[in-house]
Amino acid sequence: MPKELIRLSNCAMAFDGEDVLKNINLYFNDKEFLTLLGPSGCGKTTTLRIIGGFLKPISGDVYFDGVRINDVPPHKRAVNTIFQKYALFPHLNVFENIAFGLKLQRQNGKKLSKTEISSRVFEMLDIVSLKGFEKRDVTSLSGGQQQRVAIARALVNRPKVLLLDEPLGALDMRLRKDMQIELKRIQQTTGITFIYVTHDQEEALAMSDTIVVMESGEIQQIGTPEEIYNEPKNAFVADFIGESNILDGVMHSDGLVEIFGRKFKCLDGGFKPMELVDVVIRPEDIDIVDVSQGMLKGTVTGITFRGVLYDIIVDFHGFKWLIQTTDLCPVGSKIGIKIDPDGIHIMHKSQFSGMFGDYSSFSDEYDEISDVAYEFEPEEAEGNYEA
Amino acid sequence: MKKKPSFFARFYMAFIMLFLYAPIFVLIVFSFNSTRSRTVWTGFSFQWYQRLFSDGTILDAFYTTLIIAALAAVISTVLGTFAAIGFYNMRSRWRTPLTQINNIPMMNADIVTGVSLSLLFISIGSLLRFRLGFGTLLIAHIVFCVPYVVLAIMPKLRQIDRNLVDAACDLGCTWMKAFWKVIIPEIRPGIINGMIIAFTLSIDDFVISYFTAGGNIMTLPMQIFSMTRRRVSPEINALSTILFLSVLTLLIIINVRDIKQEEKLKKRHAALNN
Repeated sequence: MPKELIRLSNCAMAFDGEDVLKNINLYFNDKEFLTLLGPSGCGKTTTLRIIGGFLKPISGDVYFDGVRINDVPPHKRAVNTIFQKYALFPHLNVFENIAFGLKLQRQNGKKLSKTEISSRVFEMLDIVSLKGFEKRDVTSLSGGQQQRVAIARALVNRPKVLLLDEPLGALDMRLRKDMQIELKRIQQTTGITFIYVTHDQEEALAMSDTIVVMESGEIQQIGTPEEIYNEPKNAFVADFIGESNILDGVMHSDGLVEIFGRKFKCLDGGFKPMELVDVVIRPEDIDIVDVSQGMLKGTVTGITFRGVLYDIIVDFHGFKWLIQTTDLCPVGSKIGIKIDPDGIHIMHKSQFSGMFGDYSSFSDEYDEISDVAYEFEPEEAEGNYEA
Repeated sequence: MKKKPSFFARFYMAFIMLFLYAPIFVLIVFSFNSTRSRTVWTGFSFQWYQRLFSDGTILDAFYTTLIIAALAAVISTVLGTFAAIGFYNMRSRWRTPLTQINNIPMMNADIVTGVSLSLLFISIGSLLRFRLGFGTLLIAHIVFCVPYVVLAIMPKLRQIDRNLVDAACDLGCTWMKAFWKVIIPEIRPGIINGMIIAFTLSIDDFVISYFTAGGNIMTLPMQIFSMTRRRVSPEINALSTILFLSVLTLLIIINVRDIKQEEKLKKRHAALNN
């Protein structure tokens, strides 16, 4: 049974009268890797800063190990943070940066001895593979190395919880993947609770034990990566995590859903008879078959080569689907499709219904554009930075 | 590709330089002249410098100038640093107009500043029974130096990553400790530059000092002015040369520091982006 370490209870936050967090209830278990995932301005960084003590919630309570810590300042909390763009101290070298926290620590009112400080710093340098860099100026390091210094600087204090605010945002893609594995390894070897903030769903899926999907200041879903991907709770989660075709459907009975006037078998149940629902069908769960055998028939309107797969856009009754397939289907050709019952996921209608899941536009492309914007804009909408 | 400057451009440049520096050059040359002549070069000598350093009133003025400049530089730097940090932490709605107000005294005519300070000191002085003198001179110098110090420090503050203070607090600093351990080291180049600028301006000032010093003390520029009123002596050339060279040295120090810091900053950005 995992032990609960941090709890946010009815936490709300507003900047200049604008709500950025609405009544958040969330707990974090000891030794888990939890990711707060959501688009820019969803409230994830605000949540992290409340845990770090840099912001006080306007209402609600924060508990650490059962003790209310709303009024405990950051320097007295057993958490350390890795900031966006690392926030290393430019006037100090690598050793001094890492030793910064240790030099401030007091044990029974006494400072740590020089030998203890240096042995702990060197131990950290070893863990983050930066041996021999201790005398270097932090400004002379590459992005990846600075990232490692930031990790070492935080972990050397042996915090119970490490908060990471988009720590890999400034790195290029390959280095990111290496650092993902590295972070996961460090988390497992040290047994420290990681609370990780990102807008990158792939990163979240790859690293987390638990993912918390956030949007407009509210928690949309909490679950393991598999749960979030396979059983999204609403259209927002389905769209934000991976690619999804989201369709209007009517639930006839448990295991039977109607889409475009055709009935499909599915595995979900527990809905009211004839309830209107959102239906998620992942692009990789759709099989292309001959027109005569298809459950639905459509026309291919677009095709993009993705390496292993083709992304094809298919028009069914005016609704554009994204299908991922290894078969080459030329534009204009008629195809049929088959969907297995376990490829269909049913969701209750929500405020996000109808906003996502149609591929009339290449939302891939839009996603990439907005991804770039996330990286360069700190979440100013959340009021952490002043213009 | 850079084009070679045309003959006209070079001539124009040379002309401007000549126009700007010929008077000072003449002044320096004649400060080493062996006779009183201001038109004929009669031979090299240090006699005017020697006389300068044996003249009690000039030495007094020299000490006054140095003490005032040093005190004004230190005090205005402390005040200016806190003012800059205050501005920086303000909401932008307030910050913009207030930094503009900070800039006004710099553009204001010295004579207006001088006369108004003088009036203020005299009227308060008649109430509190003090007279124009060292104190009022020092206050006046601090007043006109502070805006320049603020101006030297603000850009350094803007370059600080706002997360740095959070990071320091996160690692165990109280806000005050973070201020000393992170903000001050980060803006130190700006603080030092601000102090040198204040020192330079204070040495340099004549108009404001003239109105606020009263009758009993004199700064070097005031001394030079009073000497020209009696008779133009080559000692003035020597004194002006010393003043010019010391201000020039300070300006060069400021500029070299600026260039070095810019290079450092560029390196820092380059490192973060690879």
